[in-house]
Amino acid sequence: MSTAPIVSVRGLCKRFGTHEVLKEFDMDINPGEKLSIIGPSGSGKSTFLRILMTLEKPNAGTIEIEGKGLWHMERGGKTVPADKKHLRAMRTQVGMVFQHFNLFPHMTALQNVAMAPKQVLGLTRDEANERGQDLLERVGLGDKLDAHPNQLSGGQKQRVGIARALAMQPKVMLFDEVTSALDPELVGEVLGVLRELAHETDMTMLLVTHEMRFAQEISDRVAFMDHGQVLELDTPANIFTNPTLARTREFLNAVLES
Amino acid sequence: MTFDWAFAWSIMPQLLWALRITILATFLGMGLATVLGLVWVLLRRSPWRIVAWTAHYAVEFIRSTPILVQIYFLFYMMPEFGLRLSPMVAGVLALGIHYSAYLAEVYRAGIESIPKGQWEAARALNLNPVQTWQRIILPQAFPPIIPVMGNYLVAMFKDTPMLSAITVLELLQTAKIIGSESFRYLEPLTIVGALFLLLSLLAAQAVRWVERRFDLKELNV
Repeated sequence: MSTAPIVSVRGLCKRFGTHEVLKEFDMDINPGEKLSIIGPSGSGKSTFLRILMTLEKPNAGTIEIEGKGLWHMERGGKTVPADKKHLRAMRTQVGMVFQHFNLFPHMTALQNVAMAPKQVLGLTRDEANERGQDLLERVGLGDKLDAHPNQLSGGQKQRVGIARALAMQPKVMLFDEVTSALDPELVGEVLGVLRELAHETDMTMLLVTHEMRFAQEISDRVAFMDHGQVLELDTPANIFTNPTLARTREFLNAVLES
Repeated sequence: MTFDWAFAWSIMPQLLWALRITILATFLGMGLATVLGLVWVLLRRSPWRIVAWTAHYAVEFIRSTPILVQIYFLFYMMPEFGLRLSPMVAGVLALGIHYSAYLAEVYRAGIESIPKGQWEAARALNLNPVQTWQRIILPQAFPPIIPVMGNYLVAMFKDTPMLSAITVLELLQTAKIIGSESFRYLEPLTIVGALFLLLSLLAAQAVRWVERRFDLKELNV
C-alpha cells in the first residue's frame, strides 16, 4: 500500500490487574479498509476497539489516527499524555457500535440518532432530524422514527445503533461484536446493513466478529488474534482457506464446525 | 373534656392560615433539598479527591445529627457568626440541608443504577460531561427515584412541627398558642393531627399519580 495508514498502532499494551490483555500489539489499517478481527474470547479484540474509542486507557504504546496521536499529543516539542480537549478532538474521527446496543431508552429512535449531531456537531434541530431520518430510512427503519428502544426488536435496536454512530460521520467505525447479542433469526438484517455500508461507503470499518462467513465475504483483510497479539493478518482467502499458522487453523476448525 | 365542635370551627381559619406556612416551608425545603442533594452527589463524584472527600463527610455529618439540633444551630448560632436569619428562613434552610443529605443517597443509588453502557455510548458520541449528565444520566436516574423522593416529601412535611421550636408560626405552633390562650388543647391538636393525616394521604396519592405518568411516558403509550 502506498497510502499512509489511517490508524497506526505500535506496541500497545493493556493490563487489567496482572492480566495482560494486549501485549506489544501492532496494527496498520488503511483508509477505507474493511478489516475484521477474529479470534477466541479473551484474546483482546474488544479491548483493542475500546482503546481506539477512548473507553479504555492503554498502559503503553502509541496509536495514531491520520498521523496524530490518540492517547498522546505534542506540547512544546514534547510528547505528553493527551488531555481531555485533545481526546475530544480525536474522538470526532472514531465511532462505535456496541454489542449490547447501548441505546438511550428514554429517547425515540430519531432522538437517539439526532441528539449528538445537534448537541456535539452543532447542527440545527431541523438538520439533525433530517440527518437522523435519512439514516434511519437507510437502515430500513423509516417507519420507526418515534418508537422507543423497548418497542423495537434486537435487530431493529442494533440498526438504530448503527444509524446513531453513522450520524456523527466518523472516518473510522468500530463494530464490537454487533450481532452477538441477537437472536439467530435477527442476525441477517444487521449483517445486511453492514454489508451495504461495506460496499457503498469509503468509511474505514473495523469489525470484531464471530460471523466467519460474513467476515470472509466483506473484509479486505482479516486479523487473527490470540492472547493479546495479532498472529496472522492477511486476505480473507488466505486466512480462511490457507492459514499459515496451526493455531489459526485450529481456531477456524473449531468455530466453523459448530 | 368533650370535643367542642363550635370552638373547633371557630379556630379553623387561624389553623388553615398556619397550614399555609407549613406547606410553604415544606415545598421551599424540598426544593432546596432537591437541588442541594444533586450538588452533593456531583461534588462526591469530583475528580479532586479533597472535594469528593469533604462532600462525603459533610453528607455523613448532616445525616448523623438530629434535625432539631441543626434547626437550633442555624437559628441561635449563626447570628454569632454574623448571619441573622428569620425563623422561617432558618427553618427552611435546616429542612432543606437536612433532607438534601438523604436525597444525595437516593440520587447516588439512582445514578449508579444506570448501566455502564450508557456512559460509554455518551462518550463514543463525544458528548461533554454536562451534556452527558443533562441528556443521558439524569433523565434516566430520576423517574425510578420519584416514589422515594415522594416519601421524603411527606416525611419532611411531618417534620415541619420541629420549626415550632424556633417560633415559626406553622401549624403546631399556632395550635399551641390557641391552646395556651383558651386553655383548650383538645380541638386545636386534634385538628392539627387530622390536617397532617389528610395532606399526607393526598401527597401519597399525588406521588403515585406522578409515578404512573412517568411510566407511561417511558413506554410512549
